[in-house]
Amino acid sequence: MTTAASGFVSGNPGQPAFDWAAQVKDAALAGLIATLLALPLMGLQTYDIGGGALGIRTHFNWVAIAAAAVFAGRLALHLAQRFGRGRHRHRETLFTRLATWDSRWALPITAAGIIIAVALPFLPFSSRYLVDLGTTVLIYVMLGWGLNVVVGLAGLLDLGYVAFYAVGAYTFALLARDLGFSFWQALPFSGLVAASFGVILGFPVLRLRGDYLAIVTLGFGEIIRIVLLNWSPVTGGPNGISDIPRPSFLGLPFARSAPEGVTTFHQFFGLEFSPDQRVVFIYFVILALALLTNLFTLRLRRLPIGRAWEALREDEVACRALGINPTNVKLSAFGIGAMLGGFAGCFFATRQGFISPESFTFIESATILAIVVLGGMGSQLGIVLAAILLVTLPELGRAFAEFRMLLFGAAMVAIMVWRPRGLLAHREPSLRLVPRSRRHPLP
Amino acid sequence: MAYFLQQLINGLTLGSIYGLIAIGYTMVYGIIGMINFAHGEIYMIGAFISIIALLVLGLAGVSYVPLALVLVLLTTMLFTAIYGWMVERVAYRPLRGSHRLAPLISAIGMSIFLQNYVQILQGARGKPVPPLILGGFTVYQSDGFDVRLSYLQLLIMLVTLGLMAGFTTVIATTSLGRAQRACEQDLQMAALLGVDVDRVISTTFVMGAALAAVAGFMVTLYYGVIDFFIGFLAGVKAFTAAVLGGIGSLPGAMLGGILIGLIEAFWSGYFSVEYKDVSVFVVLILVLVLRPTGLLGRPELEKV
Repeated sequence: MTTAASGFVSGNPGQPAFDWAAQVKDAALAGLIATLLALPLMGLQTYDIGGGALGIRTHFNWVAIAAAAVFAGRLALHLAQRFGRGRHRHRETLFTRLATWDSRWALPITAAGIIIAVALPFLPFSSRYLVDLGTTVLIYVMLGWGLNVVVGLAGLLDLGYVAFYAVGAYTFALLARDLGFSFWQALPFSGLVAASFGVILGFPVLRLRGDYLAIVTLGFGEIIRIVLLNWSPVTGGPNGISDIPRPSFLGLPFARSAPEGVTTFHQFFGLEFSPDQRVVFIYFVILALALLTNLFTLRLRRLPIGRAWEALREDEVACRALGINPTNVKLSAFGIGAMLGGFAGCFFATRQGFISPESFTFIESATILAIVVLGGMGSQLGIVLAAILLVTLPELGRAFAEFRMLLFGAAMVAIMVWRPRGLLAHREPSLRLVPRSRRHPLP
Repeated sequence: MAYFLQQLINGLTLGSIYGLIAIGYTMVYGIIGMINFAHGEIYMIGAFISIIALLVLGLAGVSYVPLALVLVLLTTMLFTAIYGWMVERVAYRPLRGSHRLAPLISAIGMSIFLQNYVQILQGARGKPVPPLILGGFTVYQSDGFDVRLSYLQLLIMLVTLGLMAGFTTVIATTSLGRAQRACEQDLQMAALLGVDVDRVISTTFVMGAALAAVAGFMVTLYYGVIDFFIGFLAGVKAFTAAVLGGIGSLPGAMLGGILIGLIEAFWSGYFSVEYKDVSVFVVLILVLVLRPTGLLGRPELEKV
């Protein structure tokens, strides 16, 4: 082995020389395994030949390409690990600094983020598509911040968060359809109903630990979806509910023409009517909702209840010993997390104008959880970064259309392996006994 | 009565399949304490590989059914096992020792990846298979209602029983099984005592995948049609079965699987087909509330 490496002069003294033979052998092994993996599913493709029968065709060239790609990728990975150290370290410090929320960074980043978010619709390059994308990102940011209360702060693993999102959306849709509520009237009710669902779910699962909790919440999410799908007289079944009213600006609707006695937004302000006005308005609604959510959770963290959540996450036994009632603490986390999800759901319904159970599948829950975990549990800024990443990634992948979700899944694995503790890995208790000098406590 | 008996037979068949998948969950959970979220997809891949193997054998001219079944079973187990190994190597091993949620997320990502991988390569439409094993017994007859136990149902139950027996023997008697039990009790201590922990974990994934492959093959034969999305629900139900039986316990997984199968069969038989999945989850919640460690699980002591 050493003979192959001896001719190679390392640029970095102090590190062992790159062992070419061993690395090539390792990469070849990876290529072989890739061949075996690809052989049945990639190399042999089943297809309909009519009459309910299947035929098979071969694509062994794909197998060869996959194997070659894995071989090259594996070798490149080894080389990158060996020679790419310096640059890697630099990137580490950037994230670490962001993560530790250094006081010099905190204000500028937050301020810049908010300014960019507010200015987004008015930037020269902005388009309807971009604002729409921004709206989607902000929905996920809000959901991420909501779920963060349950997962990041209270440490309760929730795989069925989409259920509360669905409950909020359907609450508004039903209130609007049957009782003629507007978005702003229904918003509090959506939150309230979702919160009660959260507490209802909370009760049976209080005694459960980690993964049991995960599976029960997953089951709960599925129950909600299946009920929405099958309870057709009320929920419209798979057809969902359409014609959900759009939000109005202080009672001024966004429409080309309004019925008698109602002034529309563009008439009131004397503007030319444009459908973009509503898109931009909806964007600002979710921006406001998301920022309120952020403010709300940041304040909660400073209240006794927020401290109790974090304490419970760290050590439940110690909490009991100190007289914290885990039941109330967990229920409040579930309830508040669910309420925020309900608000987001209400907004989702008014934005889409149409909802069906298809929007509330497990993939949604997984995406929201991935945003929280990828962001680095408990980090508000990390969630924003992760939401931008996970929402825009499939959008970029639209060019590849069918490969979109494939890339999404692969990216989830890759990011997790790259930064196992999340993008902004930071888990410092909000409260410490001796305040560190020069550093603000976590906001 | 006759109707009841028929649902019992259907439930036991379904339960055997769930049990086979549940073993994969319970073993992985027992050793590394994590949900292998991609396990449902492994089962789906097993089903697809079995169809491909059936087609290839058909082209190769193997027409003797028992031989074809055995060959398909073996190739399916082999190739699916490699997928199981790959999942562990890519999504779990790099994250060993990190925060508990990290492998969960990477496994969910892996599951999304595999689902779309199969969808892109094999198409989104259901894949039909002609029935290979026909016929059966009439077990019981009353008021013009025949209770049927098809040969296929019998085969599924027998194969499951055989695999369970073989598997329990491996865990109980071989050195590999001993290493697995050691890892289950205390991963760190086992490593200190010279057990190659990485290898044991890999083997566990491989074994679980092989069993899931058998389940996938059985489902292909039983329902006659599969698609790329079958993994999710089957996976969730099988995990429910593992939790119901008490996670970490092999007999528990089998028992849980059979119970879930029975609940589902009776619920669809007597109440409503639409809500059969709801019934499974409701039962799960009830069991966990009344007995959080599952039916055969050991209570976990909380130490400070």
